[in-house]
Amino acid sequence: MVTEITTRNNSYREAYQVLQERTAPSGASWLQRLRANAFERFEELGFPSVRDEEWKYTNVAAIAKADFQKGVYAESSSRGSGAKELASFGSPETEASQLIFVNGKLRSDLSSVSGLPAEVVALDLSQAIQDERYSEIVRTNLARHADYIANGFTALNTAFISDGAFVYIPKGVVVETPIQLLFISDGAGVNAASFPRVLLVAAENSSATLIESYVSTHDSAYFTNAVVEVALKSGARLEHYKVQRESQAAFHVATTQADLGPNSTYDSTTITFGARLSRHDFSVTMDHEGVECWVDGLYLVTDDQHTDTHSVIDHRQPHCTSHQLYKGILDGKSRAVFNGKVFVRHDAQKTDAMQTNKNLLLSNEARVDTKPQLEILADDVKCAHGAAVGQIDEDELFYLATRGIHPDLARNLLTYGFAEEVIGKIKVDSIRAQLDAAVLNRLNARLEA
Amino acid sequence: MSTVEILSKQEYKYGFVTDIESDVIPRGLTEDTIRLIAAKKNEPDWMLEFRLKAYRHWLTMTEPTHWPNISYPKIDYQDVIYYSAPKQKAVKASLDEVDPELLKTFEKLGIPLTEQKQLAGVAVDAIFDSVSVATTYKEKLKKHGVIFCSFTEAIKDYPDLIKKYLGSVVPTNDNFFAALNSAVFSDGSFCFIPKGVRCPMELSTYFRINNSESGQFERTLIVAEEGAYVSYLEGCTAPKFDKNQLHAAVVELVALDDAQIKYSTVQNWYAGDENGVGGIYNFVTKRGKCAGKNSKISWTQVETGSAITWKYPSCILQGDNSIGEFYSVALTNHAQQADTGTKMIHLGKNTRSTIISKGIAAGKSNNSYRGLVKVMPKAENARNYTQCDSMLIGSNCGANTFPYIEVMNNSSNVEHEASTSKISEEQLFYLQQRGISQEDAVSLIINGFCKDVFLQLPMEFAVEATRLLGMKLEGSVG
Repeated sequence: MVTEITTRNNSYREAYQVLQERTAPSGASWLQRLRANAFERFEELGFPSVRDEEWKYTNVAAIAKADFQKGVYAESSSRGSGAKELASFGSPETEASQLIFVNGKLRSDLSSVSGLPAEVVALDLSQAIQDERYSEIVRTNLARHADYIANGFTALNTAFISDGAFVYIPKGVVVETPIQLLFISDGAGVNAASFPRVLLVAAENSSATLIESYVSTHDSAYFTNAVVEVALKSGARLEHYKVQRESQAAFHVATTQADLGPNSTYDSTTITFGARLSRHDFSVTMDHEGVECWVDGLYLVTDDQHTDTHSVIDHRQPHCTSHQLYKGILDGKSRAVFNGKVFVRHDAQKTDAMQTNKNLLLSNEARVDTKPQLEILADDVKCAHGAAVGQIDEDELFYLATRGIHPDLARNLLTYGFAEEVIGKIKVDSIRAQLDAAVLNRLNARLEA
Repeated sequence: MSTVEILSKQEYKYGFVTDIESDVIPRGLTEDTIRLIAAKKNEPDWMLEFRLKAYRHWLTMTEPTHWPNISYPKIDYQDVIYYSAPKQKAVKASLDEVDPELLKTFEKLGIPLTEQKQLAGVAVDAIFDSVSVATTYKEKLKKHGVIFCSFTEAIKDYPDLIKKYLGSVVPTNDNFFAALNSAVFSDGSFCFIPKGVRCPMELSTYFRINNSESGQFERTLIVAEEGAYVSYLEGCTAPKFDKNQLHAAVVELVALDDAQIKYSTVQNWYAGDENGVGGIYNFVTKRGKCAGKNSKISWTQVETGSAITWKYPSCILQGDNSIGEFYSVALTNHAQQADTGTKMIHLGKNTRSTIISKGIAAGKSNNSYRGLVKVMPKAENARNYTQCDSMLIGSNCGANTFPYIEVMNNSSNVEHEASTSKISEEQLFYLQQRGISQEDAVSLIINGFCKDVFLQLPMEFAVEATRLLGMKLEGSVG
């Protein structure tokens, strides 16, 4: 089994070598080295197996076995998705503040950042590396936050770093306009793989909103392996939305690492609707005092979908507060995994950490595996966690029935309300409306069926 | 410096050694060792087969070192003495023939075995190193049809029952330590409560390790037939040695239709000294099967001893409407490590389980709750409620919670809650200004914290547990 997977890993080698050779003449030598180290590490680690505690409930054999590597650099638009169609995925709020990637490559014809303050940087990662104004910031941050030593998927992404987004908010700049990074898969080529990479650095006392979206134009099988690194300096604020609406046949494996500076505020909301198999490794590190963060999420899955969230909230210093609320709605034969670790290190006195995971099972064949986990090494802390798996409360249904609402409708209403607690947090109107509509559509489809 | 600071210097009062001549077999473990143990105990062939099967499987297994949140130097399984028995007359017709030295030992431990002094209302099976030395109230129990005897006697006298139930809940290949136990177990207790009988008194086993080099591998099997009820208590102590000793026990409970088993443990093995030198490695597999409808198994444990505790008393809720309960207080101090919790496997319809776990960590210790609640697709309307609270005393200890929840149908409700707190200065101050001494105040707060669990213990044990907890933390306030 292990050998088999390792040999299959090797078939990524070809694509990796092509990339290294293609970028060798112009590329930065540190990046070449970084890719080489990461690829070496990937070959050592291979894809994880279910014998690995961290991957106990998620089997990625389908990713390991599929020949995604052939499509690593699938050219976009072979199916002729028009610019108009692609642009329609954007939001009105971000018309002049978005980068659109198709199959992992930046489409500058569709992207525009003219609506952002002049000093704010949002451009293709490979350009940023070439640009001497930013190359130093990129070099000192890229792959310094997301560790590729322990995670095979992060290593694989790191080995294929090329296109992606670099966002830099300079000191004291408050960006009102949300910035959107839109990753579209257009079904070009068979078994396409893309490796989106995002690096966001928010300097002292800056403030911004980032929307990270994954969508597809066709219902085809492809593999997205994303890594997002967020570095907040002292007093910085970031609202971070991730909206994953990949095709129902896609594989989505992502790592998000946020390193939070002193007195910074990080508010993240992750919405997971798509992909046949999705996995999100979300890690928030508070290695400074006075940080406050929210790590919230909603997963809504049905049919054969499998979604897995592994989060790590690491309190390393005193006086930090973390809030986590992850909710799940499962229908069909879907499966959800939630593993939320909260670490409170020895020095992290006066920590306040709250973690909740709630799951609603709509079908008898759906399955939830949840494991909220607390590891506490400091005594003067306030930590609590809760997890629940259940159904819609009969009393609530009864109440609505007495008001003349049909039980099916009441069920939908309550399910919608369950989702709304997370979706309602989103401050970008069009995105919130889009997600509301998506939830209602799914519920209505259920009603009709 | 904070007022709540662990300086516990309390001596372990059960740390004495009994000077008694023992029948000890050489160190090491091979098939010959197993044959020797079986021969010493005059066991029938089927028993030897059972052991050898377990041993052969054990050889293929690896020690679970990566997932538990504990660390210890590698155990050399060839450096353990697998059988040590106090030398005494071969047949002990009555307690009068038990070596007075042994009786004295148990008396010192607060477990008098002689007829006139026996604890009223509690039948005791006293196990010293590898063998059972005495069982009290046997005759009285027999009148009610209750079988309560040492495992060795049970193999001899009730082979059919043993054949039927031994390994039926914890198979020989279940896990590393269970396989080891199945291969070398030397004695233990067997209880059988026939149909419709409510056991007239509490049954109890008291385990004592005396030999510094030997491990203890005992086995407990409790079977409650239809409608039967039994409450069973287990206590344990060991002398202070600066070498770690291995204790790998297996406990199996079987409850048939409408039967109830209540199993309580106060575990006070020697925990090692302040720096973690010595102490017992308590690697125990305990599992109960609610095989019948409306059956109920309740585990209550107070874990205060052992250098390392690795123990997950579990319930397999197979019968419809069956109930599993787990109440636990785990106290770790100094360098102790505990990774303990439970598993509730819901198989039958309308099965219910409750888990209440209280962890208290002090000194440099590490206290983990690890639990699994698994609801299988056919377990309609299953219900689980889990609450696990931790309390940290001092800032050099750790408290961890690892709850695994796996739900496979949509008519079940599973809830898990956990919190972590500390003894606040305000609470202490409040009690002190009411004239309660600092130590009493700490003890009061901790006992309040554990009350939900202590309420489940039988009377005598509850008193013992409260006292034990107070003693373990005595002198803890500076």
